[in-house]
Amino acid sequence: MMHKSLSRQIFLASLITTCTLPVYAKGTGYLFISSEKDNNITVLDGKTYEVIKRIGTEARPRHLQFNADKTQIYAAAGDGNAIDVIDVAKLELVDRIGEIDDPELFDLSADGKIMYISLEDDGALGILNLDEYFAKREGKPDLKVAEAAPEGASSEAEDDAADDEAGGEEEGEKLPGMTTVEVGEEPEGILVSPDGKTAYVTSEVANTVHVVDTASKEIKANIVVGNRPRRFALTPDQKELWVSNELSSSVSIIDLATNKLTETINFLPPKFRTEDVTPVGITLNKDGKTAVVALGRANHVAFVDVASRKVTDYVLVGKRAWNTTLNKDDSLLFVINGLSDDMSVIDVPSRKVLKSVPIARVPHTVLVDD
Amino acid sequence: MCIAWAMPSYADDFTIGYLQLEKDARYSKKQSFARYLLGSLGRPYAGAEVALKESKFHASGIGATFKLEQVKGKDHAALLTSLKEMHAKGVQFFLLDLPADAVHEIATATKGQNLILFNVSAREDRLRQEQCQAHLLHITPNYAMLTDALAQYLVFRKWKEILVLSGQGADDLELNQAFKRSAKRYGLDIDEDRPFALGNDPRQRDQNNISLLTADADYDVIFIADTQGEFARGVPYASIKPQLVVGAEGLAPVAWHWAWERHGAPQLENRFEDKASRPMRDADWAAWMAVKAIAEAVQRTQSRDFTVLSKHLHSEDLVLDGFKGNRLNFRPWDNQLRQPLLLATHNWVVERAPLEGFLHQTNNLDALGFDKPESKCKF
Repeated sequence: MMHKSLSRQIFLASLITTCTLPVYAKGTGYLFISSEKDNNITVLDGKTYEVIKRIGTEARPRHLQFNADKTQIYAAAGDGNAIDVIDVAKLELVDRIGEIDDPELFDLSADGKIMYISLEDDGALGILNLDEYFAKREGKPDLKVAEAAPEGASSEAEDDAADDEAGGEEEGEKLPGMTTVEVGEEPEGILVSPDGKTAYVTSEVANTVHVVDTASKEIKANIVVGNRPRRFALTPDQKELWVSNELSSSVSIIDLATNKLTETINFLPPKFRTEDVTPVGITLNKDGKTAVVALGRANHVAFVDVASRKVTDYVLVGKRAWNTTLNKDDSLLFVINGLSDDMSVIDVPSRKVLKSVPIARVPHTVLVDD
Repeated sequence: MCIAWAMPSYADDFTIGYLQLEKDARYSKKQSFARYLLGSLGRPYAGAEVALKESKFHASGIGATFKLEQVKGKDHAALLTSLKEMHAKGVQFFLLDLPADAVHEIATATKGQNLILFNVSAREDRLRQEQCQAHLLHITPNYAMLTDALAQYLVFRKWKEILVLSGQGADDLELNQAFKRSAKRYGLDIDEDRPFALGNDPRQRDQNNISLLTADADYDVIFIADTQGEFARGVPYASIKPQLVVGAEGLAPVAWHWAWERHGAPQLENRFEDKASRPMRDADWAAWMAVKAIAEAVQRTQSRDFTVLSKHLHSEDLVLDGFKGNRLNFRPWDNQLRQPLLLATHNWVVERAPLEGFLHQTNNLDALGFDKPESKCKF
C-alpha cells in the first residue's frame, strides 16, 4: 500500500535529518518523471510501474536532478521561472528557487552546493551558490503549483510586458548567490566537471561547446561541434566529453586534454533517412563501455560500443525518444518519449523493450531512486 | 589573416549587404495594421539583426566579425549602384528584401559575378523557374510550396471539393495558378473558380457580394487567392453556407508562425520580439535564416574564400537549423531552401507540412514545391 511505504519514507527522512554525516537515503525504488504539459512529476513504483503520486510543480517542469545525498530533487520549471525542490521521502514540493528566467537544464557540483544553469533567454551560464541563496533570500517563495495546461495550450505562467522589461541588465543580480557568465545565444546542455573547475555549455545556435572556467568565469575554449548540440555525457575516466547533435544526426566526441573535437559518430537506424534522426538524450553506463543515445524523431535508441565507436544495436521505442536514464546496476534503461506521452523500459542485456508505460503529457526527464 | 582579401577597412569584418526599397507597398502601415495572415507586420531587418547576434562565435575561427550594412534605394537602379559599390569594397553576400521584379532585375544584372544573393521576401514561382539564377538563393518559400502544403492538408482531411475565389492582380493570378497545380498534384477537385472584386458597385455584385460568390456550388472549402488579403479577411462567417476558408484567410500556409511551440521555436520568437516588438512573420524568419546560412558556411569551412563558401552553401551537405525540426539546405535544381511549412490560423498552428504519410523518394521536404523533374530552371 502506498500509505505504508509513504510513512516509512517519512520515518527514514526524519532519521536522515538528524544525522550530520553524509548518509545516503536508501533508494525508494521510485521513478520520477517530469511532464511539461501536465505541470507535475509522476512518481512510479519501480517494479510495477504503477503511479504512486503526481507531485504538482510550477509550470513546465523539465530537467530533474537529485541533490548530493539523493534526499531532494531539483526540477527546472521553465514557464514558471523557478527551480522547484521536491522532498524524495515525503514526495512533496517543499521549496522553490524563484525568479530564474525560463530554466530548462542545469547541473550540480559534486558536493551539490553549486547549481549551474543554462539561461537560454539571457545567453548566459548562471552559477548559483545554493547555501548563499537560501540564507540570503527574502523569504521562501509561495509554493503555488501550476494547473495542468489545457490541451494544445502553452503552460506559460502569468508573464506580462512589465516582467520582460524588468529583466535585461540587472538580471542575475537580483538573485542572492547568483553570478552569470555570458556565453552566447541559446545555451542549452550543461555539464560540470566533477572537480567543479570547468563547466561545459552547448550553444544550440552557435554549434559550439563553450568551455568555462568556473573560478575566473572566463570562456577558455569554443569548440565547434555538429548542428544544434544538445546534451552531454562524460566518460568515467573524464577523458572524453560526448555531445549529441540534434540536426547533424550525430554525436561529437571531444578530447578534454586538448579541448579538440576528435571523432564523430553518425546514426542511421535501418530504413530511416538521416534528416529524421535527431539525437538528444545521451547516457554512458558506469563502466564507460556503452553509450546510449536517444534518436528523437527516429523513434529509436542507439547502443554504442565506446571503445570501437560502433553502433551495436538500434532499439525501437516510442515517439520522439528524448531523455534516457539507466538504473543503478545498468540493467534497465528508461527512455522518455516526448510525443507519445510514455516511457519505454528496456532490458539492457537483451536490448528488448519490456514495457511501455503511459506517463503524462509531454514527459521530459526520468530519475531513478535506486 | 588573408591580406589580399579586400579593402583595409573590411579586413576584420565580414560584411553582409542588405538591400531594400525606400518605398515598398508590402510594408505599408495599412498592410501591417491589418495583420493579414500571408502579409508582413513590418520590414524584416530585425530578423537579420537577431541572426547576427546569434552568430558572434561563427567567424571567430577566421578572425572576423559579421556585420550588416543596410541600404534603402529609391528604385532598382539606385539599389544596383549601391550593390556594385559594396561589392567593389569586398561585400559578396547580399540579402534582398525586394519585390520579385527587383529581385529579377538585380540577379540578371549581377550574373556571373562573385557574389550571392538571398531572396528573403519574394514568393513568386517564376524566380525559381524560368527566371532562376545560379547565384540567387531563395530562403522564403514560393507559392507552389505554400499551396502544396495546403493541398496536403486538405487531402489528409478529405476536403477535396474546392471553390476558388480569385483576385485578378498579377500576384493573385500566380497564387491561383500555384494552387491549381497543387490541386492536380494532390487530387483536389476545383468545382469552380470565381473572380472576386473589391468594392460595393451593385453592377458588380456577382463579384463583390460574398453571399452571391459562395452560392450555387457544391464544395467542402473555399480557397481564396488573394495576396493582398483585404478581400479575403471578409469571407469567413460571410459565406452562404457555414464553410471553411483556406488560403489567404482562415487556414494559411506560412514559413513561420509565432504560435509554433516545437523545435525551440518559442526561443527564436522571443529573441525576435525582444528586438522588433512584434511577432515574427515569414520574411523576418527568412532574413534571419539567410544570415544564419552565411554564418554556418563560414563556421563549417573556416574560410572566407568566396568559392569555398559558395560551394558549401550550394552543397547538399549544408545543414541549416531553421527551428522547424528538419535540417534544411538548398535544392540543387533551383536554389530554393527546402523546409517544413506551417498551416496556421491567426493564433495557432494546426499542422506542419509535409504531413505524415506524404512521402518523397529522397527527401520528404521535396514533396513541397517544384521537384527536380518539374523544374524549368536552367542555370
